[in-house]
Amino acid sequence: MSAPFVEFVGIEKAFFGVPILRGISFDLPAGGALGLVGENGAGKSTLMNIFGGNLAPDRGHMRLAGREYTPATPRDAERNGVAFIHQELNLFPNLSIGENLFLTRFPSQRGTSLIDYSRLNELTVKLLEEVGLAALPGQSVETLSTGERQLVEIAKALSTDARVIIFDEPTTSLSRSETERLFALIARLRPRGIAFIYISHTLADVFQLCQQIVVLRDGAVVGDGPAHSFTESKLISLMVGREINRLFPERNPTSRLAEPLLQVRGLSCCGKLQDISLTIHRGEIVGLAGLMGAGRSELARSIFGLDPRTSGEVILNDRRLKPLNPRAAIRNGAAFLTENRGSEGLCLQLSVADNLSLACLPRHSRPVLKRLNFETLRAAVERIRAVVRVDSKASNEQPVRTLSGGNQQKIVLGKWLLNEPRVLLLDEPTRGIDVGAKSEIYRLILDLAAKGNGILLISSEIEELIGLCDRILVLSRGRIVREFARDQFHREEILRAALGSAAPA
Amino acid sequence: MTPAAPEISRAPRWLHLLLSDYFSLILTVLLVAIFAPFTPGLLSRANLLNIFSYLLPLLIVAIGLTLVMITGGIDLSVTAIVAVASVVGGSLMTAGHQPAFIGVATMLLVGLLIGAANGAMITALHLPAFIVTLASMMFVSGFAVWFTQSRNIDQLPPAFLQIGQTLLISTAVTATLALVVRFLLQKTVYGRWLYATGQNPVTARVSGVPVRSMTFAAYVASGFCAALASVIMTGRLETASPVLGREMLLDVIGATVIGGISLFGGKGKIAWTFFGVPFLVALDNVLNLLNLSQFAITITKGSGILLAATLDALRTRFGFRQS
Repeated sequence: MSAPFVEFVGIEKAFFGVPILRGISFDLPAGGALGLVGENGAGKSTLMNIFGGNLAPDRGHMRLAGREYTPATPRDAERNGVAFIHQELNLFPNLSIGENLFLTRFPSQRGTSLIDYSRLNELTVKLLEEVGLAALPGQSVETLSTGERQLVEIAKALSTDARVIIFDEPTTSLSRSETERLFALIARLRPRGIAFIYISHTLADVFQLCQQIVVLRDGAVVGDGPAHSFTESKLISLMVGREINRLFPERNPTSRLAEPLLQVRGLSCCGKLQDISLTIHRGEIVGLAGLMGAGRSELARSIFGLDPRTSGEVILNDRRLKPLNPRAAIRNGAAFLTENRGSEGLCLQLSVADNLSLACLPRHSRPVLKRLNFETLRAAVERIRAVVRVDSKASNEQPVRTLSGGNQQKIVLGKWLLNEPRVLLLDEPTRGIDVGAKSEIYRLILDLAAKGNGILLISSEIEELIGLCDRILVLSRGRIVREFARDQFHREEILRAALGSAAPA
Repeated sequence: MTPAAPEISRAPRWLHLLLSDYFSLILTVLLVAIFAPFTPGLLSRANLLNIFSYLLPLLIVAIGLTLVMITGGIDLSVTAIVAVASVVGGSLMTAGHQPAFIGVATMLLVGLLIGAANGAMITALHLPAFIVTLASMMFVSGFAVWFTQSRNIDQLPPAFLQIGQTLLISTAVTATLALVVRFLLQKTVYGRWLYATGQNPVTARVSGVPVRSMTFAAYVASGFCAALASVIMTGRLETASPVLGREMLLDVIGATVIGGISLFGGKGKIAWTFFGVPFLVALDNVLNLLNLSQFAITITKGSGILLAATLDALRTRFGFRQS
């Protein structure tokens, strides 16, 4: 093939002393299409953040068209012809297609700062033709489908003379025909010398689109070669092939008491969940695996009564929840650690003590007028701080937003434990926290199960699920597609089940 | 709600003062001390009584508004409620020949109902509080004028006038209300729920806080307080008027902001409101006694409110920076 157009040479990056990228090197030619695959946390997004000027590498360098490429900011990357097309598209739905395309550099009328709309329309029409989108320049973006919006993003990239376009999971929300249209467009653009880096979990798409595939695992390149030299199962074993980390304490499977704590029957919710049934028993940790967008968080939200359900029932502690809302769920012994701790788990400006006590206030009040019993409340807060091991340097009066992510997460967990729940729904409980806090949270989860609580654990790290769970359910497109018992845990099988139905037959 | 105590002691003294609950009280005392020599009438018995009787209903309305503002909302309909409660009660006690206690009860009921309507529209239909209460202000004050054909109602029963005119009664009513609300905010689960609702309604809901009920209750309370203020004002003026309290709205909002109640919600104490209101009233009175034109007075009050908002921003910044 021709000379490399994009080159990564020995890129290293560590966060807080934890290496994320350990010397990444690969290259691709002009007009090439490279598939970048790897599990969640393998380092794909960190690498792309470095390429896009969001992060600086600790070591190593990049070259673009033979010249050193050191983007300091995303704007820098854009000026160098690097364009990103994210999963969540960066368009303003309320503005027109043309306005979105030229937002930062509207053509103006000679000598004034008035927008030259006829010129804007002309330019927009030309770009839309190039990407094959039949829409009017003045049409507002909110009238377009996701696939069409993606085409607008590509048009935007073309208008800035992009030489490298990076796609992050572009097809997860596309229909099959939209996907085909996208691939046809990419094939059309490649002869112009535009290089594509395509990040996806949908391996079938990667095989269809890319000539070259790079596999990342634990921040290192473990496979790099022409696409035809790989098979799907070889890719999967490259992606996962690793011993289970020592991070997890020994898990002694609890004696399987058939005492159900949580039963979900035929739960469906607004097109995102279809006919979900599951049971969690005393002392059991049930994992929920699946790709992004498979409906894992939606399932937990629906069980807890945060999102409306269209059908199905939830039985907590032998009691059927009706109506289904957070208060009823909490009263019947449920707790829900949400995925977004800042926006849904904490009141960031309130103090440590106020946050810890938020869910358990009624337990510490007297019947008349709900007067707070400050003594028992303070004692409870102190007790739980010790249980979840919140940093002892943090005072009870300190606003939680001044604490580290790990301490914040412990506070959210502590808030729920003060309510003595029977069933805990934990959505990505270790996301974005350091290794030390992670292992403490694992210990807490295991303790809770040992005490007879039931736990539903949602995690994007398969390893975490394998390390902690008694059973793993795999969710794909809103359905439970497979169930694994602990002695059947197999990383590849789990990943395959999650990926399997993500690629439409 | 309150910043960490040990941190404050490390902060400079002026900052200490700025963060104190008594900040606006200190400002009020300073204001009076500075201007007393130039405005001979300021400390006269007649003037003080005059200030005080204007202060009480303003405080009552501000207490209700404080509850709404803690949830992160706003209630623009309070002064319209003052007016409509006044004329409904007034006509019931004159043309309707009802005794004073029926009149008072009806007035309070009117306040509760309008507050409930505001709260229902905001919580059930998810409409912005600003628009809902603006619309309800226009609707209700229009109704008050139509209902009376723009006429005042006098010849109110003496028993009713007593409430507004006996300083002891109206003071006791105001003080009781303030203490009850303070108790609810600081000592009960409801208070914690109200603050959490204003701080982060999503987190609050996930944590089992009845966010909708708390928000609804805040507007009902605000309507009730406005109606209570109407009882006192109507009694003091001996007239039920469809434009009663019309000039009061901005004073009430300004006074709570001066006290330090945040427009963003989740923050505020009854004490802050209690000290913010006298400052604005004293400022208004001083400027009047200085014989300034109405324009100059309005401009100065506006600047005062802006300054208070700036101080609040500073206070928030310093208050949370300590870690």
